[in-house]
Amino acid sequence: MLGILAWQGLVAAFHVQEFLLPKPTVIARTFWDERGMLWDAGIYTFKEALGGFALGSGLGIIVALLFAAYAPLGTAFMPFAVAANAIPIIAFAPIMNDWFGLLNPFSKMAIAAVLCFFPVLITTLRGLTSVDPRAIELMRSYAANRRTVFRRVRIPASLPHMFAGLKIASVLSMIGAIVGEYFGGPTTALGVTILNASAYTNFPVAWAGIVLASAFGILFYSAVALAERLTTSWDPSRRDFRTE
Amino acid sequence: MNESQPAVSITGVSKQFKAGVTALTGIDLDVRPREFVSLIGPSGCGKSTLLRIIGDLIEPSEGTVEVNGKPAHRARLDHDYGIVFQEAVLYDWRTVSKNIALPLELLKWSREKRSARVSEMIDLVELEGFEDHHPWQLSGGMQQRVAIARALSFDPALLLMDEPFGALDEMTRERMNLELLRIWDASGSTIVFVTHSIPEAVFLSTRVVVMSARPGRVAAIVEVDLPQPRTGRTREEPRFFELVTEVRERLAAGGADLVGAEAEVEAS
Repeated sequence: MLGILAWQGLVAAFHVQEFLLPKPTVIARTFWDERGMLWDAGIYTFKEALGGFALGSGLGIIVALLFAAYAPLGTAFMPFAVAANAIPIIAFAPIMNDWFGLLNPFSKMAIAAVLCFFPVLITTLRGLTSVDPRAIELMRSYAANRRTVFRRVRIPASLPHMFAGLKIASVLSMIGAIVGEYFGGPTTALGVTILNASAYTNFPVAWAGIVLASAFGILFYSAVALAERLTTSWDPSRRDFRTE
Repeated sequence: MNESQPAVSITGVSKQFKAGVTALTGIDLDVRPREFVSLIGPSGCGKSTLLRIIGDLIEPSEGTVEVNGKPAHRARLDHDYGIVFQEAVLYDWRTVSKNIALPLELLKWSREKRSARVSEMIDLVELEGFEDHHPWQLSGGMQQRVAIARALSFDPALLLMDEPFGALDEMTRERMNLELLRIWDASGSTIVFVTHSIPEAVFLSTRVVVMSARPGRVAAIVEVDLPQPRTGRTREEPRFFELVTEVRERLAAGGADLVGAEAEVEAS
């Protein structure tokens, strides 16, 4: 809040040109004036992000389960997955646009999905495989088979790790969708709106678009964090106090 | 169960690990039904390894383990073991009740049978009012009581305990010792108990198995003829101190040639 006030005050005091940095009041007014168009664009892009998130995270979880279930598979492929995670995947955005079509939302979902895939795979696999070995020994002493150990111990124990990955993915999916749109997309998309507005020096609209994109990003992250809170309230590492 | 048949029968058990370390060699030991046997020895003497071999969690390199006349593997599949580790190893996502109920769920007990059994167990370990708490909400001693209740819930013939009170403070530990004896008396199970506390071993056990360090062997077996039931007073009896001294001397005797044994291992 103070930051926004300082922004407003400094921009006004130093007479900063609007194309460099508009005043927050100007951005807010633009946001209100263009709310219908911006909101539709935001929803359009958020749907792409959501689709990519679901696809990439879902695949990440499935592959993590496979790697954990068949250890040789994980040992063979995990180094590649970790290496692939270091590739600036966003660079593939133009290729995805070529593959799936500029106007097809799936091209943006694909880039968001690839971005989400690796962090979710890596964190979920760590959760599935870093279970206290004695917790597994106990299950064996109850004559539990591997399937039961998975269902009763490995999967619940992996949830806090998995959510760490999902939270990263929620932010990345929004970035993926918007950057994908910077390389071309329908004019109804938020990324394209921001890009066109800045190209035609309509900076307040560009800034309003950025604010909306941030709002969607924060809301999405908060939703995932809420889901985490609801499903892993038992996790001792989330607790900073004890009852006794 | 045939009373004359040993609860645990260990014959010629040795264990070499892949790294070339010989953890155990030539272990022969019988545990009678309803006995409370402690394994004591210096760290690295293989007492936890022996416990895991009895529980069929690892395989011996040589020798056999029979539990109630069955191979250890069969005994594990028959749910003959209840195991308690130094840490409670509770499942964090399950409440106290559901932790205790987990083995029963795996045994496919009905919901009614499970909840009846769980409340019996809660009574036994005196955790009334904590049924719906999660593990993080309990103190270390309470967590360990949950672990014991979970291990006893399905009435296993044999309770294997690996330094279960090692992480607790002295006062909690002595209280837990008394509780364990009460539970042992009430449940009628056989207990094999690993510890490195001499007074604890003497106080709890009917027999103390003294092991020597690497490679682990049975150095001596001390019969504890203190009267049952043991109470807080037991620790003050002259006989208690005599037995503690005896175990300590046996340990020292085992330790004397452990220096040579360890040198051999390192040389090889």
